[in-house]
Amino acid sequence: MSDTPVVELKAVSKQFRGGTVALQGIDLTVEPREFVSLIGPSGCGKSTLLRVIGDLIPPTEGSASVNGKTAGRARRDRDYGIVFQQAVLYDWRTVGKNIELPLEMLNWDRKRRKARVAEMLDLVELGGFEGHHPWQLSGGMQQRVAIARALSFEPALLLMDEPFGALDEMTRERLNSELLRIWAETGSTVVFVTHSIPEAVFLSTRVVVMSARPGRIAEVIDIDLPQPRTSAMREDARFFELVTRVREALIRGGVEV
Amino acid sequence: MKRILRDWLPVLVVFAAGMLLWQFALAPWLGQFLLPTPAQIVKSLHAHWSVLWHAGWFTLQEALGGFAIGCGLGVVAALALARWRRLSSALMPYFIAANAVPIIAFAPIMNDWFGLLNPHAKMAIAAVLCFFPVLVNTTRGLTSVQPEAIELMRSYAASELEIFRRVRMPTALPFIFTGLKVATVLSMIGAIVGEYFGGSIQALGVQIENSVTQFDLPLAWAAIVVASSMGIAFYALIGVVERFTMGWHPSAHGIRE
Amino acid sequence: MPTRAAAERIGTFLAVLGVLWGAWEGWRWIGSHYHLTWPFAVNDTTMPHLHRIIQALFQPAQANGPSLLHVLLNASAFTAKEAVLGFVLGGIGGFAIAVVLMQSRFLERGIIPYVVASQTIPLLAIAPMVIVGLESKFGGTLSAWECVSVLAAYLTFFPVTINALRGLQSADPRAVELMRSYAASRWRILWKLQAPASLPYLFSAFRIAAPLAIVGAIISEPSASIQGGLGGAIVNFNQYYSIEPQELWATNVISALLGIAFFLVIVFAERAIVRRAPEQLA
Repeated sequence: MSDTPVVELKAVSKQFRGGTVALQGIDLTVEPREFVSLIGPSGCGKSTLLRVIGDLIPPTEGSASVNGKTAGRARRDRDYGIVFQQAVLYDWRTVGKNIELPLEMLNWDRKRRKARVAEMLDLVELGGFEGHHPWQLSGGMQQRVAIARALSFEPALLLMDEPFGALDEMTRERLNSELLRIWAETGSTVVFVTHSIPEAVFLSTRVVVMSARPGRIAEVIDIDLPQPRTSAMREDARFFELVTRVREALIRGGVEV
Repeated sequence: MKRILRDWLPVLVVFAAGMLLWQFALAPWLGQFLLPTPAQIVKSLHAHWSVLWHAGWFTLQEALGGFAIGCGLGVVAALALARWRRLSSALMPYFIAANAVPIIAFAPIMNDWFGLLNPHAKMAIAAVLCFFPVLVNTTRGLTSVQPEAIELMRSYAASELEIFRRVRMPTALPFIFTGLKVATVLSMIGAIVGEYFGGSIQALGVQIENSVTQFDLPLAWAAIVVASSMGIAFYALIGVVERFTMGWHPSAHGIRE
Repeated sequence: MPTRAAAERIGTFLAVLGVLWGAWEGWRWIGSHYHLTWPFAVNDTTMPHLHRIIQALFQPAQANGPSLLHVLLNASAFTAKEAVLGFVLGGIGGFAIAVVLMQSRFLERGIIPYVVASQTIPLLAIAPMVIVGLESKFGGTLSAWECVSVLAAYLTFFPVTINALRGLQSADPRAVELMRSYAASRWRILWKLQAPASLPYLFSAFRIAAPLAIVGAIISEPSASIQGGLGGAIVNFNQYYSIEPQELWATNVISALLGIAFFLVIVFAERAIVRRAPEQLA
């Protein structure tokens, strides 16, 4: 168990051309095996922050480091996997080949790739679907494939940008539980962007509440619900308390709810 | 089997109905000096088959040459424009302008440049007609990639070349084929119209023109039938190639997008 | 800063124009200096100086006649008239065909291939026959330029039909169901729901069809023995090409500009009517 934080952001700011200040003075540390959610109103910069961590957007000021290296170095070393709201599966590849893609780019040999694909599909409970095409799967299934793909090369860090936002409530809750199971099994660290307060509380060890214009961290709330989380906890009094705390933090940060 | 019936029956029914209408209503009404009956056309086709077939083949070769050049240049230009976006907005008006020049305006110039009897002249005309649709469609395909698909590749530390090979090209492929299909028909028309302005007697366009001036309308229409059939066959050929290379596309499996 | 963006646009436009001019003159210089014959021989006839082409515009087309520009502008007006009518005919005809095809899957599957096949027949080939046919049957009521419009419509109806069909079918099926639940008649649904839904697709088609109407008109004019339009001018100057190549080139330029003008009219009409960013549509 290393002591280096998985993610360390120091005074990160991002200003886009045209003047919009998406992020200002962000300080955040994520320890190994944490599950950190970023929640906030539209325009608070949470997706931008995620991309700064992933070196997909450079910060205007401040530093971002992942696993003790610069974000850029971490990206080149493929230290993280990313999942978007759209599954972004490539239509011209089967499900299996989609999951293989990062492994191909890492020059893994065929046998190893196939074995890992099977492993991953079992992990997300889609065993046997290697030969299917993305358009044959439902939205929820596609997202599971996207998660399998993101974890296929065992990154220490998983970045997720509202991955369940396009799904219906029931599928969403089910995938929440599956994600927690996968998180426990792989021992990875997760940074999770969401719009949904219950989802943030259910999944996380810590919830980072952000405010908009400019994007800042308003509050960080520790979620002390017991692990592993069960669906029954959604009806706990403590759960509702925490949801209310997050909501109030959002309102204080300027959201009209 | 049912699918084949469903796909082909309407076409055949309409064909039969159309032919009957033509033979017994339209042609008699207009008189045989304006519109010969299908029966007369078939007769002429049979009588002059050898000449027409060779003429058709001759013209088709010109069309194929022009197609190859025009589509090749179109794809290359699209690659350049997609790579250097600034160039795209700067050059587009000129491409639209060039496309607005009617074929009979530059056909004589091409003939003058390469020589009336030189098939290169007709190839050049066909190439010019093919260029623009292929350029437009390929550009659209190359730029229709989802930003997240690119971000995903970046998260794998992919080089620009890899991104191009693994994402942009496959995404553009359906669009490229659309452009190619449009170009097949245009290349035939370009070759024939070019021949109208002068060309070897072996050429289909010359055959059509001669028979019109000699008032041999059945022969003219027979030649037109040959020209049209070859255009359609060319179109269908590209369609087959498309099916073959893009078996993965949802449209190939009867799913409407 | 809208004016800054506009200035940049104009700047790049002129810059590219300059580069193309340079490329033309450059190739011309190389070609004549080194006596190149591939891909084609370069001399005054095949590649007249660009400034000579522009000069030719301001010189008389015929001895003691009005300037070439004047002649070409008149010809453009004539051709434009034919093209507008052709565009309207093709547009309405194309839309009507799409409406008919939409009524039955059978019809759609049966007729679309022929619609596509119709475009494999060169207009130039059937133009004389169609003109003669129209004149013999309707000679009294139709003038020559109106016959040309009919032929121009032949080229315009195709993109309109294809796009209109897509567009009409793009109306939200749930909205259609809703109207049916109000016992709305088929025509009501068409008029109130499907036609507006097809507008973006229609404008996409119009962008292609408008310059096509010009091309169709120009191609058909010689068959109708019309002298006053751009088609007549092209045939005319083609005969003198070896003597005065710049006149044919100048006509090409004017034809292209006319085509662009029609294209721009559609773009502006779209902005006024649809009020959405045209780039996002089809």
